[in-house]
Formats: sequence, structure tokens, C-alpha cells
Amino acid sequence: MFPSRIWREMPQRYRLEAAVCKKCGKRYYPPRLVCAECGGRQFDTYVLPEEGKLLTFTVIRTPASQFSDLAPYAMGIIKFDDGLQMMGQIADCDIDKLKIGQKMRLEFRKIQTDDTHGVLSYAYKFIPKWY
Amino acid sequence: MVGIVGYGAMIPRHRIKVEEIAKVWGADAPSYKKGLMLWQKSVPTPDVDTITLSVEATKNAIKRAQINPKDIGAVYVGSESHPYAVKPSGTTVAEAIGAVPDCHCADFEFACKAGSEAMFVCLGLVKSGYMKYALAVGGDTSQGAPGDALEYSASAGAAAFIMGKTNLIAEALETYSFMTDTPDFWRREHEFYPQHGGRFTGEPAYFRTVTGAAMGIMNKAKMKPKDFKYVIFHQPNGKFPLRVGKMLGFTKKQIEPGWLTPRLGNTYSGSSPLGLTSTLDISKPGDMILMISYGSGAGSDAFVWRVTDRIKEARDLAVHTTTLLDKNQIFVDYGTYAKYRHKILKNK
Repeated sequence: MFPSRIWREMPQRYRLEAAVCKKCGKRYYPPRLVCAECGGRQFDTYVLPEEGKLLTFTVIRTPASQFSDLAPYAMGIIKFDDGLQMMGQIADCDIDKLKIGQKMRLEFRKIQTDDTHGVLSYAYKFIPKWY
Repeated sequence: MVGIVGYGAMIPRHRIKVEEIAKVWGADAPSYKKGLMLWQKSVPTPDVDTITLSVEATKNAIKRAQINPKDIGAVYVGSESHPYAVKPSGTTVAEAIGAVPDCHCADFEFACKAGSEAMFVCLGLVKSGYMKYALAVGGDTSQGAPGDALEYSASAGAAAFIMGKTNLIAEALETYSFMTDTPDFWRREHEFYPQHGGRFTGEPAYFRTVTGAAMGIMNKAKMKPKDFKYVIFHQPNGKFPLRVGKMLGFTKKQIEPGWLTPRLGNTYSGSSPLGLTSTLDISKPGDMILMISYGSGAGSDAFVWRVTDRIKEARDLAVHTTTLLDKNQIFVDYGTYAKYRHKILKNK
């Protein structure tokens, strides 16, 4: 991943910053420049909660090369209380015991390494809530 | 008065038992368990490094401090396993917690005492009035060479402390540092695993330095071992902190709340800082705590803390260290551990 893209996406990837349209109140994660609902271009920033419920998931057994050390792993979509949804990897779990509706907590993790020399990418992964 | 406004810990969930490592190298597990007084260690998964552990520990510290991260004027991460050779870990931590851009940032290194170095400097900066709050993190995903004694103990974890002047959880009554050039443990540039001086790491290094720091700070503070409710020493294994405690006149009861190594391993820069977090978790207002770190090379930072009333409201605002340590563990075999720790050479 290019350093410029990592840098651009830091607010949403590092701090879970989402956007709410000032005109119609529609919420977005990741944030957008133009509201798909009303065409508004002004947004307020708000921070997503660090917990959600697992809406759906799938298990990846043949991953792209940069994720091979993690296989097999689950990718899931979680839903926050305000209705926003987010996709990410589910870590620290027994993939055979995952259940739709299960509570998930977000945890800061390394999501990609560009071989041994590139920049490191960080963001949030989902962890089954246990405390 | 300056001190700790918020503290937090982070420990990976994965563990490997001494038996699992000993089995691979044909070693006698009971001898290692007895010799090191350690039966398992934490293992970081490939998506966990010093930066991720530092961010999670810091988020827990912020929950307890209940401050705006924008008020943090310095972010210092102490580690000997910074993910980058050139690029600070602290910039990612500061960005992730929202302390940027009005923030001073640096990474610290001094073997296992890099975290306490950061704590020492943060206390000074806050005391001098340069900033309102300063963040110190000690964390590592330490590596031991395959088959080496260090492989049984080198583990992962981080502790974070926000230093300030108001709403303190623990006041820093005294600080002291003891340091000499003692080459007991090192890693040269471009080397993957550290080297150590075997038994030389004991008497002339760890014991001389830790006792020197303990005697120095107790003389400075005019205090004796019986004046402290708890004491935390750096824990390269389970045996050393108990032995040095006995040498200095401390009881096992004083050491136990911060004695995590038998079930955690040696988290290097996170070792005595994590011991302090678990001790604060069970402390009462007025308790006096002595903390002595140790970093090979060699030096010790010493702190006398007095716990305040605020511990009662702050301690349950974030997860306790023993919860992270003892609950919901995932045990791995040596093959999985070797894969996670990049000990297997693969084709490009």
C-alpha cells in the first residue's frame, strides 16, 4: 500500500473517524466528500464506538500473499448501534465458533506489511468480546 | 506534586508453555521451569507489534485519566523491538490517540528499561511545567534465539502511563537512577536475536544494579523496605525478582501483585511497568509502592509512588492487568509460535 494512501486514510483507520452530513444527517464510514443522499458537501466528524455486533462473516483459506501467515482467517461485517456497518478481519478467534450476532470489540492491529522493506499499515480488527 | 494520572496495560492473548518449547529442543522442561521459575509466556500474533500494544495500553490509560488526548504534550515509547529501524513508534501512537500535531515525540531504547526511562523523562517534563500531560509507554515483542534460554522467557506486552500534576492516581515522591557500563546483554546492528553473557547477567549486572538503585532511592527518600506496601522489580525470569527482594529485605507478599513473569514471561521494556499496573489495580489509597526497572547495559530507574484516593474511581475504568493475563488464553504449539514469530525461512 502506498504511504500516501495510508497517510490519507489515517483519520478513519487509526481513530475510527466517521462523517455525518450537516444537511441531512446521513452517516458515513469511511467518510465521503459528497453525501449520496442529498449532495451535501459539509460533514461533521464523529468517532465510532469500539464495539459492534457481527452481522455476517466468511472464512478466507486462500489469502493474498501478504496475509498468508494469518490463514485461515475470518472477514466480517459488524453493525454499530447507530446503524453504520464496517468490514474487517476477525482476529484472536476460533473460526468454527463464530456466531452471527456475537458482540465484537475493535482492537488496533497491523493489517498489512509491504514485504520486509515497505511501510506498515495499521487499522482496527474485530475481536470477539470477552471482557 | 507530579505523578500518574492514568495507566493502562495490554497483553496478547496467545501463550506457549515451557514444555512445548523444551520438547522441540530436547530440553528438560521441569529443569527450565524450576530454574527460570516460569511456566508459560505470551506470544504476539503476526498482526501485533510494539506499536499496536502501545496504542491499546494507551487507550486504557486515557480511559482512566479521563483527559483530552490533545492535552498530551509528549509521547515517548520505550522498546527494544520498535517495528521500524528508522521511523518512530511514537508517531503512530500519537496519531492513533489523537495527540497530534502539538506534541513532542521520541522513541527510547535501553534494553528492558526503555519504558521506565520514558516515565522518568515524562515526570521531569510535567514537573518543569513544559506541558500539562506526558505519555510514557514501555512495550516489547521481544525475541529469543531458537533453543536459547531466552526463548523460554522473551514475551510481549505493554504498559502506558500518563503523567500530570492534577487528579493523580499515584504521586511520584522520589526518583533515582543507577547506571554503569556493564555489557551483560546486547544486540548488534542487523542481528536478529540478542546475545547475552550467560551467568554474567546475574551478580555483576542485574543484582548489582537493582540493589544499587533500591538502596539509592531508599537512602534518598529515607525509607526502609517495611515502609512499602508493594515492590516491583524488573523480571527477566521468575527467580531474579524474588531473590533480589530477599537480598534487600522485602517479603514475597510485597512482591507478588507485580510478579507477573511466571505466567507472562519477560516483556522486556514492559516488565516492571506492567508489574506496576497490576499492583495499582489492587492498591488502596495511601499505599507506598517501590518500582525498580532494569535494563541491560546496564541501569535501573527507581520510583517511589504513593497511591491516592482517586485509585478507587479510576481502577475499574479500564480492564485490569490480571484479566488480560489470566483470562481467555489461547495456547499455541511450537510450529504456530515459530510461524507467528517469523522464525521460519520462506521462499520470497
